[in-house]
Order: sequence, then structure tokens, then C-alpha cells
Amino acid sequence: MKLFRVIKPGFFTTVQDLGRHGFLKYGIPISGAMDEFSLQIANRLVRNNPNDACLEMTAIGPELEALRHMQIAITGGGFTPQINGQEVEMWQTLKIENGDLVSFGKVRSGCRAYLSVRGGINVPFVLGSRSTYVRCEVGGIQGRQLRAEDVIEGFNSARLLDFKVSVPEKFIPRFKDEAHVNVMLGPQVESFTKKGVETLLSNPYMITIDADRMGYRLEGPTIEHEAKGNTISDAILPGAVQVPPNGKPIITMQDAQTTGGYAKIAAVVTADIHILGQAKPKDIVYFHRVTLSEAYHRLLEYRKEFQIIERELFST
Amino acid sequence: MYPSARYVPFGDRALIVEFGSVISPEVNRRVHALHEVVSNAKLLGVGECVPTYRSLLITYDPIRLNYEKLVFLIKDLEGTLETYTSKSRERKAIIPVVYGGDFGPDLARVSKYHNLRESDVIRIHSEHEYMVYMIGFIAGFPYMGELVQEIATPRLESPRMRVPEGSVGIAERQTGIYPREAPGGWQIIGKTPLRLFDPSWHSPALLQPGDRVQFKPITISEFQQISSAVSQGTYDPFA
Repeated sequence: MKLFRVIKPGFFTTVQDLGRHGFLKYGIPISGAMDEFSLQIANRLVRNNPNDACLEMTAIGPELEALRHMQIAITGGGFTPQINGQEVEMWQTLKIENGDLVSFGKVRSGCRAYLSVRGGINVPFVLGSRSTYVRCEVGGIQGRQLRAEDVIEGFNSARLLDFKVSVPEKFIPRFKDEAHVNVMLGPQVESFTKKGVETLLSNPYMITIDADRMGYRLEGPTIEHEAKGNTISDAILPGAVQVPPNGKPIITMQDAQTTGGYAKIAAVVTADIHILGQAKPKDIVYFHRVTLSEAYHRLLEYRKEFQIIERELFST
Repeated sequence: MYPSARYVPFGDRALIVEFGSVISPEVNRRVHALHEVVSNAKLLGVGECVPTYRSLLITYDPIRLNYEKLVFLIKDLEGTLETYTSKSRERKAIIPVVYGGDFGPDLARVSKYHNLRESDVIRIHSEHEYMVYMIGFIAGFPYMGELVQEIATPRLESPRMRVPEGSVGIAERQTGIYPREAPGGWQIIGKTPLRLFDPSWHSPALLQPGDRVQFKPITISEFQQISSAVSQGTYDPFA
């Protein structure tokens, strides 16, 4: 079932869900939404499964022609969505008709937005996920970003529902040009001097133009290593703060290589990785140290908040 | 190898069990053994395992399983490794390779570096058996060792922008195969017609960590024959 024809693809638009799990040992990254919070809310707004596939747009949104009547939702960064040139609200269910033009204006905040469609986007499952991993041409639409004239497919079984919900104001994240993220030190904190660790925790770091789904290179005070900056290559997960020999940290993100040899000074806690998903070049990142039990409580809170929002959305 | 493994948290959702601070077959064997034992145990709340040279990363859901309990359970399993014999069938793959020429542009450099003839480098590279230490870098890329010192060669000083799919390379005491075109700095000595990665396979990488591998020199016409068998899905390197 055809949902959209792509008129303009935007800067970098891909199909993503919550990622591909279980294949790290074969060198296949998790991929999936950079801001999993916004993706899941976009899905819940149209009563999809939280893991259904959405469009993830980056920096400049696409232009899409609707090929049928459907329900959609747009969440994430402030991408100023428009239907037939009229600005519409984000974080709520929207109805669109065959022939409608969905476009995006100025990006006011954040870096990525998500467009969900009732029933989800229909691309083949590859290794248990619909997420696009461009580097190895896996998943999504032919393993690549959208192009003009692509047709985005949905599911025939998607039954339109007669409802319209919106996320209450107080739960809508506000993306600023500063990201505060909690980190746990390690797993290779011993590769750094005490001063090096202090440097990371007490200074602002700026995201450079070298920032994509694989990771972000940061600029800021040089972090001092105990010895050299390399270790024997071992496993990497999204959110790792690696420091190459030049002392400038790199945060790995969803499409990061699965192994690597730079010492890892810290890891961003699970509940905060989505915050980084909305950070863009020139944004400032502050790292705050937490313990394992503080990270655990932060995750409990994050998941609880998500449940509260879900309850709000489903109570109407 | 450490006298006892080090347990280190990786953020709030993974545990690293580290067996040593060197690249060696002994340390790596321990990693694969723990990987197998942990996978078989199917612990509630445990996600996936990532074996690397000297450590095993184990992901978990901290809401369902707390870190202390996870460490306790894994230490218990680690305790069984001394007497553990693998229940899985050991696999050995024979990887056909055309050495040198356009397929192995760095073979001459590697020979010169060691004052050997090209044919000696080929003989030495293909007469030993290697173990897949880990898969990483790009999907399906096997890091294998241990390469004998006689042909161990440092990486290129400036990496190539494009290394073709199937290229077989050397970096220090390791050898590897590029599953697809990628930038890379390994010394390329040959090329295999085998496909190393295919997301449509049930297990998407041809080789798995812990597999044993031996290379076999072939001619260009054999390369073409094997190539067509590979595309028909009739070539089995484990046979």
C-alpha cells in the first residue's frame, strides 16, 4: 500500500525503528532511532507498536506527497512541519488526505525529527529490524537514505482510527543548544590520568561538524592519557566516550563500529543517549558523573515517564 | 592471561569480562568458551554477547537484572571453564585466495619488507591455521591470528580510500578479509572469491568468532569457477 511519494528527500532521511539487536558479534551495529524517545512517542500517537518503523529526518526535512488518506504524527526536533503550506503542530495525531503535501520549514531546535504513520512503514525486516544501516546497505529502503521519487509503503491492514491525541505540553522535550548527559566512568578509565578524567567532567565540549549516525567528534580541552591512547580493540556500544591519542573525545552513536581500539573513558547512561540524538554541530555537551545505582534510578524514571505519557495518550 | 578475570561495567547496560591484556590464542580461547557458556545458560535479562580479543561484553537490562547479580551469575559460569569442553562442533573454513598481482597489490611490499620471495610469503601465509579472534570494523570482517612473525607487517602509513571486497590483508600479527569495499590500511596480499557477509543468511557472517581458518592459494581461473559457485550458493568452505 503506497503512502508517500518522495518529492525532495531532505538532508538525510532514513527508515528507522528501535534497532537491530543480537548481531554485534558479527560486526553489525544496532542502528535504530538516534532519539528513541521521540520515535516511540511518534508511534504511540498513531497507536502503533513502539518499535514500528518511522522516517528519521536530519537537519532538513523531506517533502512528501501523500498517496492516500492516513493518520500520521511528527515528533522530535522543532522541524516546523506543514501540510499544504499550513504549519501544523508536532507531538499530536494528524490526518492527511490523498494529494496532500507534507513539508518542513525552518529547524528551530534539535537535529532529528520522526514521522510515524498509522500501521508503520513497510520495508522488509533484515535481521529482525527495519532500521537502515547505510554503511553496509542493510535495512530500510534498499539500505540507503531516501531519494526523490522513492515510494514509501505501508500496511494494508492498518485500520484508521477515529481519534486525535496530543502529548501534554509538560512532557514535550525542549531541545536546547546544550546537552547535559550523565556518564559512568569506564570501562577503561585507568588509561587516563586523574587530571584527564577531571578535564572531561569539568569542561564544556563542542560537537564538531564530524557528527553523524556513527558518532560525534568533540572539540574541547585535551584529555590526558596515562599512557598512549590505544588499547587492544574491544567491543563498543552506542554512548561510549572514546578518546583517541589526540585527547579529543568521540561519542559513539547508533551506527558505530562494533569494535574499536581507542580507550573509553566513560559511557553515557542508557536513559540519556536519546538526548545526544538531538544534539547537532556547535552544540555544547556537559558530562556529569553518576554511579551505577544513580544510572539505574535515572533509567527507571525515564521508563516510568514514558509509561505515564502512554497512559495519557491511550486514555482518550 | 590474568590470574583471574576482571569484571568491569560498561555504562549501565553491559558488563565486560576481561581475561588478559594481550592478543593471544590462549586468552581468546577463554573468551569464546565463556561466550558459549553464557549463551547456553540463557540468563533472564541478559541480551547479547560480543567476544573480542581478550574480553567478552555482555549486555543486560538493568531493570530486570541488577549488576551485582549478573556478576555473581557470570562468575559462577566462569568457574566452570577450567573443566569445560566445548559442545559445539569446531569449524574450520578453507578460504581460497588468489595472491599477488592486481588482487594483492601489497604482496611485493610485504616480501621486500621481510627479504622474502613472494612465493615464500604465500606459502607461509597459507600453511598455518588461524583462529577468528573477533568480528568487527565492518559487518563480517574477521580479525584472525596469530600470524607468524616472519611475515608480520605494519599497516600502510596512509590508508587506502577503497579496499575492494574480498581483499585479504595483513596488519602486524593478524590477517583479515574485507567483506565489502571499505577504506583500510591493511597490507593487501590477495583476494578471495568467497562472500563473507550477507544479511539474508540466517547467520549473516560467513565466519564466526572462534572458527579456525586456513587459506589456500588458487589461480585466476579457479577464482572465476568458485565465484560462480558462490553466487549460486553451492560453495561450502567448511566442507
